[in-house]
Amino acid sequence: MKKLTYILAALLGLGLNSQAQTPKGSILIKNATVLTITQGNQENTDVLVQDGIIKQIGKNLSAPSGVSTIDATGKYLMPGIIDAHSHVALDVVNEASAPITSEVRMKDVVNPFEIGIYRALAGGVTISHAMHGSANVVGGQNATLKHRWGAKDPAEIIMQDAPRTIKFALGENPTRVHGRGNGIQPRTRMGVEAVLRNGFNEAIQYKKAWETYNAAKSQKGNTTPPPAYSERLQTLADILDGKIIIHCHSYRADEIYMLINVARDFGIKKLVFQHTNEGFKVAPEIAEYTMGASVFADWWSYKFEVYYSTAFNAAILQRNGALTSINSDSAELIRHLYHEAAKTQRYGGLTDDEALAMITINPAKQLGIDDKVGSIEVGKQADLVVFEGHPLSSYAIPQMTFVDGVKYFDIKEDKDDQRQLIAATEMVEPIFLRADEEAHRCMQDVDAYFEAFQGAFLLEEEHHH
Amino acid sequence: MKNILKTVYTLLLGFLPLAVLAQIDGEFVKPRSGKFLLQNATVVTITKGTLTNTSVLVENGKITQVGANLSAGDAEVIDCTGMFVYPGMIDSGTRLGMVEVSSVPETVDYAEIGNVTPNMQALTTINPNAEAIGVTRVSGVTTVLAVPTGGLFPGTAALINLNGYTPDQMYGGFKAVVMSFPNSGRRGRFDRRSEDDIKKDAEKAMKEANDIWENAKSYLELKNSGATLQYYPEMEHLSKAISKELPLLIQVDAASDIQNAIKWVEDKDIRVIFSGVAEGWRVADEIAKAGIPVITGPVQDLPTRQSDRYDAAYANAGKMAKAGVKVALRTDDDDNVRNLPFHAAFAAAYGLGKEEAWKAVTINPAEIMGIADQYGSVEVGKRANLIVSTGDPFETRTQIMHVFIDGYRIPLSNRHIRLYLEFLERSPGLKAN
Repeated sequence: MKKLTYILAALLGLGLNSQAQTPKGSILIKNATVLTITQGNQENTDVLVQDGIIKQIGKNLSAPSGVSTIDATGKYLMPGIIDAHSHVALDVVNEASAPITSEVRMKDVVNPFEIGIYRALAGGVTISHAMHGSANVVGGQNATLKHRWGAKDPAEIIMQDAPRTIKFALGENPTRVHGRGNGIQPRTRMGVEAVLRNGFNEAIQYKKAWETYNAAKSQKGNTTPPPAYSERLQTLADILDGKIIIHCHSYRADEIYMLINVARDFGIKKLVFQHTNEGFKVAPEIAEYTMGASVFADWWSYKFEVYYSTAFNAAILQRNGALTSINSDSAELIRHLYHEAAKTQRYGGLTDDEALAMITINPAKQLGIDDKVGSIEVGKQADLVVFEGHPLSSYAIPQMTFVDGVKYFDIKEDKDDQRQLIAATEMVEPIFLRADEEAHRCMQDVDAYFEAFQGAFLLEEEHHH
Repeated sequence: MKNILKTVYTLLLGFLPLAVLAQIDGEFVKPRSGKFLLQNATVVTITKGTLTNTSVLVENGKITQVGANLSAGDAEVIDCTGMFVYPGMIDSGTRLGMVEVSSVPETVDYAEIGNVTPNMQALTTINPNAEAIGVTRVSGVTTVLAVPTGGLFPGTAALINLNGYTPDQMYGGFKAVVMSFPNSGRRGRFDRRSEDDIKKDAEKAMKEANDIWENAKSYLELKNSGATLQYYPEMEHLSKAISKELPLLIQVDAASDIQNAIKWVEDKDIRVIFSGVAEGWRVADEIAKAGIPVITGPVQDLPTRQSDRYDAAYANAGKMAKAGVKVALRTDDDDNVRNLPFHAAFAAAYGLGKEEAWKAVTINPAEIMGIADQYGSVEVGKRANLIVSTGDPFETRTQIMHVFIDGYRIPLSNRHIRLYLEFLERSPGLKAN
């Protein structure tokens, strides 16, 4: 009996573990044009998925017993689209209380019920990088999500095997929130650099204090008290130790160049720039010293620091050898990233392979998950999308989306009414006629800081990225 | 000696203009008018089918000939072999030219203070040199409706062509009094009003709209009977919608509001266009029955309700068209109006169909605005608003090769393109410091 109790306890323990067993599917997708991304395009090809993993890619594969088959004749199969910048499925976005809030974790505010997840799946997006907002120079730690729609436990949609990433932000947003809003450093781009250098130097001292303490601890008769623990400084120390990838909101070339120099001075190599509208001006430096840039396809002029942007940004970065991805930062754009990537063909004439890489393997590299996802290769996780029409065509329509071999979106099974719970008392459903309010959440939770400047304009179409 | 000095001075003076010019490097290409022959293209006329191996002659700002084997005469020949000619696209709802940087209030000129300001003229605030105009027109969007926003009657919208140095040169011959129809729904997640309050607010707003409308009617009646009226610009402008001098462009989105708006205009003898109409698909039959034309968009937009199908906004135009509504498209954008062809493509893919989608950005808006004699198709006698492309302009891989607006050949340049040319291969490149 006692034994049974132990076993039960052990099982319960497993159940409570946050590394919950996530659903894994098996499926044979037949006769598709397979856009592998890393190994070219293969016509009339089958892809066999077993237990969430791509097992075989080839012709005339047959389904093992119990594995169902999908006929994708005339359709395209590509890897699940990865959005390196999103705020979908987050209850809150900004902890705008200090210029450095590295202790904050987005995984604490993940909401698996948000309809945005399903809508992203309907656009072929299987993974999103759920980021802290851009109010702080050093924001919170982000969560990489797998869109397992229907999960009730937030832990189930977090990609547990993805490395840690953290949000940084330069320029107007932190200087507005903290400098103009709170009257503290940084008010300028000089101040932003100072916040960063001060923070990292403090982290070095913090690390040393612990090293000194740990060394002294083993000495006989030691009475040294331990230093005060700081999650904030420990996280910065982890960045210095290469354990966390920085994803930095940035726009202007000067601030991008500044952070490259700061990173080089502190020996930081894991650095990705986000938005990076003026990245094209320092493309050779981004290519040489960083993990590249994740950019909008064509957004510009919604604020002053993006006034001198160009839709050719992605193409210039790509041609200069910078690892480049196209992101959404929007609950709307996330639904057609394939189309956003296609704009690199209008603006700079990128090839199909280059354009598709920008929403698959390139963001996977920037999130440190390219060994697991981002291409159709044997051994990789089976995140897949079936398209009617080539995904870079403006007329393309995603048909089915799989995460780990499990189908979470099928256009044929899509319901007119997506309500999971219809309350009889619900008379007036909120109608979000100003989509921007819903779509763009980079500066959510900090609106109060802008009222003094923008009061009358808050209701208007606004971007606060 | 004196002579030598004189000579030197003369020489220096002679060089002066050159010295000034030395600060200017490179040629600036301006839009230019002329006689152009777009030779041997596939011409997608929109109204008269697709004509292969066909040429289009542009003279004095107009399309003067469309046909095979046109003789060039003294026209500048543009070889369009393998390329396509389309009419310029019309975006039927934008803030283009009315704002430069949307988060900088000093540059935002589309929303005036006040609830009843129909005398606010979009055309007044158009900046012909707004950076976004150059960025937009190279995409093949040649004409847009500039629409003020704000209160209940926020102003008067104006159609502009994206070429010219003054608003009057750009003016495209269509204006409309704008009405933001009272909203009876919840505005979003930050709208914390109770349902009762929402209802009360909506009723109050509707009553206000009716009162103002009655005032404008009285104003017009008095004016028509020869009364001496005090200066009252709001009523003067609003009454233009009542006298049918201008149509009333009603911005309305939620299904119940659309129904209310249909009822509201039912007994009014006015010209009405609905704009926005995000939930038109819910009440498409009613709109069709009322015979009210619709400008809808953005197409690439979220559904209005959490519970809606993900593609509600993509499919909206198609569903309305199927019900018999005449549909034109808008981006409702300012800096990315260039995406109109892609909005149209999404509408096409999700039910509208390519042919109807093309009409929705060409002949339909021209007909809705009553300017189809000048715009919306490649036909003799119409304004030479034309684009030449390597393929279907709705596809991103297609390049727009030539743009003509009012017969002006538009340089395919703007800041986005200039930055590309400068920075694609930066020099110096990477240099160790």
